[in-house]
Amino acid sequence: MTFDDLLSLGPLFNICGGAVIAMLLVAIWRNHRLVYYFTLLVYILALASVVPVAKLLPHIIAPLVVVDMFALFNSGAIVGSGLIIVLLSYNYFEEREERKEEYYLLLLLATAGALVLVISRHFMSLFLGLEMLSISLYGLIAYLRARQRSDEAGIKYLILAALSSAFLLFGMALVYGFTGHMDFPGIGAYLQQAGSVPLPVVAGFGLMLIGIGFKLGIVPFHMWAPDIYEGAPLPVAAFVATISKGGVLVVLIRFFQDVNGTQYTMLWWILAITAVASMFVGNWLALTQQNIKRMLAYSSIAHLGYLLVAFLAGKQSGLEAIAFYLVAYFPTSIGAFGVLIVMSSSVQDAETAEDYRGLFWRYPWVALAFTVMLLSLAGIPLTAGFIGKFYIVLAGADGNHWFLLLMLVINSVIGLYYYIRIVAMMFRTTETPQRTFIKPALPLAGNITLGLVVLLLVGLGVYPSAMMQLIQQMMTLIR
Amino acid sequence: MILLYIILIPVIGALLSWLVSARSVTLCRWIALASLLLDLVIVTGIWLDQGDGGKGWLYNWQAPWIPQFGITLHLAMDGLSLVMLVLTFFLGALSVLVSWNEIRWRAGFFHFNLLFVITGIAGVFLTMDLFLFYFFWEVMLIPMYFLIGIWGHERREYAAYKFFIFTQAGGLLMLLAILGLYFVHAANTGVYTFNYFDLLHTPMARSLSQWLMLGFLIAFVVKLPAVPFHTWLPDAHTEAPTAGSVILAGLLLKTGAYGILRFVLPLFPAAAQDFAPWAMLLGVAGILYGGQLAYAQPDFKRLVAYTSVSHMGFVLLGAFAFNEVAYQGVVMQMITHGISTGALFMLAGVLYERIHTRELSRMGGLWPVLPAMGTVTMIFVMASLGLPGLGNFIAEFLILVGSWQANRPLTVLAAIGLVIATIYSLRIMQKVFFGQTERQFGLPDLNTREWVMLAPLVLVIIWLGVYPKPVLKMLNTARGTLNAARGTLHVAEAPDNTKRMQPSAFSVEPNQ
Repeated sequence: MTFDDLLSLGPLFNICGGAVIAMLLVAIWRNHRLVYYFTLLVYILALASVVPVAKLLPHIIAPLVVVDMFALFNSGAIVGSGLIIVLLSYNYFEEREERKEEYYLLLLLATAGALVLVISRHFMSLFLGLEMLSISLYGLIAYLRARQRSDEAGIKYLILAALSSAFLLFGMALVYGFTGHMDFPGIGAYLQQAGSVPLPVVAGFGLMLIGIGFKLGIVPFHMWAPDIYEGAPLPVAAFVATISKGGVLVVLIRFFQDVNGTQYTMLWWILAITAVASMFVGNWLALTQQNIKRMLAYSSIAHLGYLLVAFLAGKQSGLEAIAFYLVAYFPTSIGAFGVLIVMSSSVQDAETAEDYRGLFWRYPWVALAFTVMLLSLAGIPLTAGFIGKFYIVLAGADGNHWFLLLMLVINSVIGLYYYIRIVAMMFRTTETPQRTFIKPALPLAGNITLGLVVLLLVGLGVYPSAMMQLIQQMMTLIR
Repeated sequence: MILLYIILIPVIGALLSWLVSARSVTLCRWIALASLLLDLVIVTGIWLDQGDGGKGWLYNWQAPWIPQFGITLHLAMDGLSLVMLVLTFFLGALSVLVSWNEIRWRAGFFHFNLLFVITGIAGVFLTMDLFLFYFFWEVMLIPMYFLIGIWGHERREYAAYKFFIFTQAGGLLMLLAILGLYFVHAANTGVYTFNYFDLLHTPMARSLSQWLMLGFLIAFVVKLPAVPFHTWLPDAHTEAPTAGSVILAGLLLKTGAYGILRFVLPLFPAAAQDFAPWAMLLGVAGILYGGQLAYAQPDFKRLVAYTSVSHMGFVLLGAFAFNEVAYQGVVMQMITHGISTGALFMLAGVLYERIHTRELSRMGGLWPVLPAMGTVTMIFVMASLGLPGLGNFIAEFLILVGSWQANRPLTVLAAIGLVIATIYSLRIMQKVFFGQTERQFGLPDLNTREWVMLAPLVLVIIWLGVYPKPVLKMLNTARGTLNAARGTLHVAEAPDNTKRMQPSAFSVEPNQ
């Protein structure tokens, strides 16, 4: 391994090393604040280490990983989102009685898993990253053991993730057995040469798609999402909604490109149907949810559907649209969970829509922040979500997929309804809530973080061209 | 730059009035009023400056925004924009006045939203970049949603939802159409741009242009609203606070009409012509159906709301008649309807402040008690039914003259709408001011503030009725900007239409 290899893996090494040292720290002196600041430092260093990598690109460390612009950009997005999640975590866990320190350890490990995913070009590294991510998440989701729904969520995720891993492994084995390759470009080259895809490889791809589908939470593999979101601690739910899904999506994009996925109309149609189904099911089920966590879970299913529309466009603009959408969606989603975090008391999370009745008249700034997040999720102008959705529609129009776009538009309207419902709840005037788990004083750090996220969202919504320029430079995959 | 200032002034006013409302609510009202009056002075100044208005585009300002997509901050003003802006700030200032006593609760946030709606509307009338247009189109929505949803009457949330979802759905279809146009243009020329002027002469297949035109048209007829899409309107108008109703009826509906004139007809001249009979049919259906429903309403504001459906039917009829007379009538209708309906909503609000009901059956016999208000109401009811001498008559007359040349049977049907208008308009007077009263009201008549809001409206509607020349002259300058694309295609595709393009003997145009 050369020095360049090490340097190009900078973010990953930072996070992994941070995890080890954090473990030692916890062993030596158990102190929440110390671990928190240390983790923060690790994330900041990891984010900083993204910059020097840019000079080395593209850099392949055969056979396992590839660091190209695309991977680097997504690494940055993942670490940045992780940073926001950590910033929001401190107060949330400080108020809870469980031991808090290991949370950061697991969070670092899960982030490392996601980072491995975005640079993997080989089945081994893919599986390694996925398992690092999943196994850390088992712990994270069930972290607040004393809560009612925590165990349920943890066990559910454990079983389903293990099951999906099994599917994935079986699929990989089939593909390897018949192509003799485990690296993506090798498989692609083999299929190119063979001319047609042998049936077992098709079956293998199908099984892998099931495994990936579970992780992404797209229809029909979405059943776990609402229960996990509801039972998991709020920062973890934010992690599952963003980083975990984002990492898997990136690996899917890379695999699809390396095996020339656009050639196979069958595969395209399967994904198209999945995308439409995800949009409809996600939005439809979110309509009647009273619990905001569950609503966010269903809405994230729908958002994955939107992302797949851009993915299916298959053009360069589709790739850029995905990147921009993720950049917009990560902070939006984390911010929405952040509002829930800030508003939750130590007794119970403020998670029902009822808790937010008339919030604007009591906590105008938090309510405004939440409004911005929800409008960004709905894709209303002046927010990043609007530009993101616009980019997706642009990509779809570029690829001439008008039917998918029509579905997207219909779903945007459906989605609007439930986001606006919460906004309406916050601006209700007459009654005060019956019971509320909202605490009287809000943590300062959380508020500042939310403020920054809001600024980021509005900034991206009003002046997106700098970010677009960056994305257009960065969205180059290599084979 | 002046165009940018016109848009920025209400934004600054919005933020300022929200900030100071914590200290002084009165100051916040004055700031809101002052920012709108300042804008009104600016646009009136531009108007007076123009005099004859010889040029097509009065102002044009451009700055890059998202260069990657070819999106620019492109603002431009022609006669049509100018006329609409004057109306916008005029009614905007009045709607601040009308809420002076009505809105006491969270007045700061109210004025923030009010000014932001007006910003969005002003932006819609000024922008010449399709992306920016969509942007402003959406910017209007959220504050309007809040205006209805927070300060409205009993069923405000339902109405606010309905309004939001209807217009948003239309808007998204328009977004698809905008993108379609964007890519068609790029495929032809290799230039990716949202610039209106570049997109104007995009050649495309007939069927494609029909689809794209439908995308735009649906967004605009939802806003207008034309008949199958009108159901949000009565709810929104009825439940909104008075200022909200004034802005909705006076300005928001006009953005739909403006969109048809500015975008649908020039961008898709051929497709629009193919669709014209259907659009005119929708217009006539709106005139008759809206009028009939208006007659049946037991609620004052709801009645006025349905008259909007009827009056906006004339706009659709005239816009698709494809001739100069009808076009002038359409713009006149936009202005006069804004003023007369705005005034009727204000009167409904003023009345509601006094007797706390909108039920027509609980009113009656108010003339002896409120003679001044009765007189003012009478003027606007007469305007609404199209009495000669008041602005609406000119507008409807021009539209009917224009559409007569385009489609006679439909024009005859539309003219029947005027009879219906007489019936429902007189019903307002009868139910509210005449007839028997069950109880004795002792009510204060119009106070100074109410006179200040209503007197200018009365003056303007009479002025438009007896001397519409300045407005029509100003619109003449817009002819070049709107018809450049249309005229050529007329000649090319429908030779017999060239005759219609000539101003007819009935034309009231001054400069022919």
